[in-house]
Amino acid sequence: MILNVNNASFSYDGITKQFEEISLSLRRGEVLSLLGRNGTGKSTLIKCILNILTLQKGEVEINGRRVAGMRPDEIAREIGYVPQTHRAVFPFRAFDFALMGRAPHIPTFSVPGEEDCEKVEEAFARIGIAHLQDKCISEISGGESQMVMIARALAQEPSLLILDEPTSHLDIGNQMKVIATIDRLAADGIAILMSTHFPDHGFLLSHTVAILENGRLIARGPAEDVITKENLREAYGIDVCVRYVEEVERMVCIPMSPCGCRGREEA
Amino acid sequence: MTHRKEPIMEIGQEPRNAAIGLLRSVFRDGTPVHEAVLRLIPAEKAIYLLPVALFFFSLFFGRYMMDPVETFRVLIVGTANGFLDGASSLLSAVSGHPVLLPSFEQTWGASEETVVFRIRLPRLIAAMLVGGGLAIAGASFQGLFKNPLVSPDILGVSAGAGFGAAVGILLSGNPMVIQISAFFFGILAVAVTYGIGRAVGKGSTLVLVLGGIIVGSLFSAFISLTKYIADPYDTLPAIVFWLMGSLSTVSNADVIAVAPPILLGALCLYLVRWRINLLAVGEEEARALGVDTKRMTVVLIIASTVITASAVCISGIIGWVGLVVPHIGRMLVGPDFRKLIPVSAILGASFLLVVDDIARTLTAAEIPLGILTSLVGAPFFAYLLTRKKVGWIS
Repeated sequence: MILNVNNASFSYDGITKQFEEISLSLRRGEVLSLLGRNGTGKSTLIKCILNILTLQKGEVEINGRRVAGMRPDEIAREIGYVPQTHRAVFPFRAFDFALMGRAPHIPTFSVPGEEDCEKVEEAFARIGIAHLQDKCISEISGGESQMVMIARALAQEPSLLILDEPTSHLDIGNQMKVIATIDRLAADGIAILMSTHFPDHGFLLSHTVAILENGRLIARGPAEDVITKENLREAYGIDVCVRYVEEVERMVCIPMSPCGCRGREEA
Repeated sequence: MTHRKEPIMEIGQEPRNAAIGLLRSVFRDGTPVHEAVLRLIPAEKAIYLLPVALFFFSLFFGRYMMDPVETFRVLIVGTANGFLDGASSLLSAVSGHPVLLPSFEQTWGASEETVVFRIRLPRLIAAMLVGGGLAIAGASFQGLFKNPLVSPDILGVSAGAGFGAAVGILLSGNPMVIQISAFFFGILAVAVTYGIGRAVGKGSTLVLVLGGIIVGSLFSAFISLTKYIADPYDTLPAIVFWLMGSLSTVSNADVIAVAPPILLGALCLYLVRWRINLLAVGEEEARALGVDTKRMTVVLIIASTVITASAVCISGIIGWVGLVVPHIGRMLVGPDFRKLIPVSAILGASFLLVVDDIARTLTAAEIPLGILTSLVGAPFFAYLLTRKKVGWIS
């Protein structure tokens, strides 16, 4: 097991629980999609796994070591983190930006060397964005910046990659590019934990799906078992349609027309 | 593979061939020599020659104009003699009987000696230390606070030092007391700001900035208070002039006192320069990339504050350098702090040398530096902004 979360509970103020008794685990090459409403604690859980926030109860283990007892650079060698978006203040070159992923491998008073640059070039090439290396991160599109952040996380050489809603700000074409990239990385053996707002992504690439609702995991398991009408109604309060579509050769999950939407025939 | 090496290595790898090729091209296709030279030395490296050239220029340039060659001789032979004297007395002390090493013949008068070694040299070194120090501290703070509009006094160090100096002027007037008091209150102001930041915001940089505003305006009020109760014919003008900044009274002793803290702080910032990049992309991301952000923040604040307080206590308050020089640096080498930190130091030192030259030569009386840095710097910066696109101003 690469990641083990046992009975994790967290609260910001010590009174209202953000989530409690969460247990998860991830094997090599496994993709876990974390679903759940806005504000239900997905990002908080991710920050706890990264040890940026400290759990009230329970523990997080990465490759058998408890993150609570690890230094930040030790954690960063194991876990690569891709935030939702990056707000660029200084217009770093994409290459220099991704080079920062080498930080956990470089002593504090040192600067990246030849080998680090090669690792970053490999990361760019691995996800097919070598052409972005010399662009400015303030000038590239949202999809490209997402890919550069993935390259930065890969430069960390992590065994676990955590992505916080990697597709939320992207158009449908870029969404699929990012999903395909994630799938390829998983095939190479990296364990992947991603939070997402699209249940359909679970069918696209997940081995496992978990739904966080009201601070607890209401379901966890293979996508086919978890992404059901009942579970999604409980999590999001809407009706969805889940069925096998011949043309795309997979299960899909799309929302039903909620009452009040007129749909096409009246338009 | 190739792309990173491109700008630096291509030139470094085969300097001889490049030079020969360049010479050939100069003669063949009639490229002007200065362009050829510029192509051989990239701007990024040529910039390191700037303060050296300005230093020698400033040494003979001034109200008391000296012959450049003579100035060189005074500087080099005089320094050598100084070393020999020092060695003689050291050897005498060690061996127990007088040793006299030979020394070079002194071909210049006492006035040249005084101008070079007692007036200009300490002043130039001070200008370089203060200018370079403020610029490097400003650049680090801009990274730490993720904001290109930040200057080194964001946490209240200048207001604190100003108050300290004003109190020193009121109570004693002894330059030594004024400097120590300025340094002490500068550090104290930042300590209070940091205390507020820790107590309220658990070290969040936004709360630190707010704390800086609180402490800054508090000490500004204290400064006004000291001005109000100061003697209008004696201590009040002294306070006002101190606050406008000047290097006219800098002595060798001053330079020896502030050089170690400024250089130590600068060395510290230079060593962590690449890590400042990580703080500049955001605290949470830096944490996820394995940076102990709390400790890093403390290191940057201490180093920058020691530099700024040391600079301010011999020069008075000099604005503008710490804010604008890093911008000019970014225009030249980009936002990567690996290059920005050394380039800021170089540019800051050069900028203050030039401004100080103007301050001491333009009129019969000294012009306060704080006025000139803005008068020279502001139009120059406006010009640069119109010339070059800057990443964070779209």
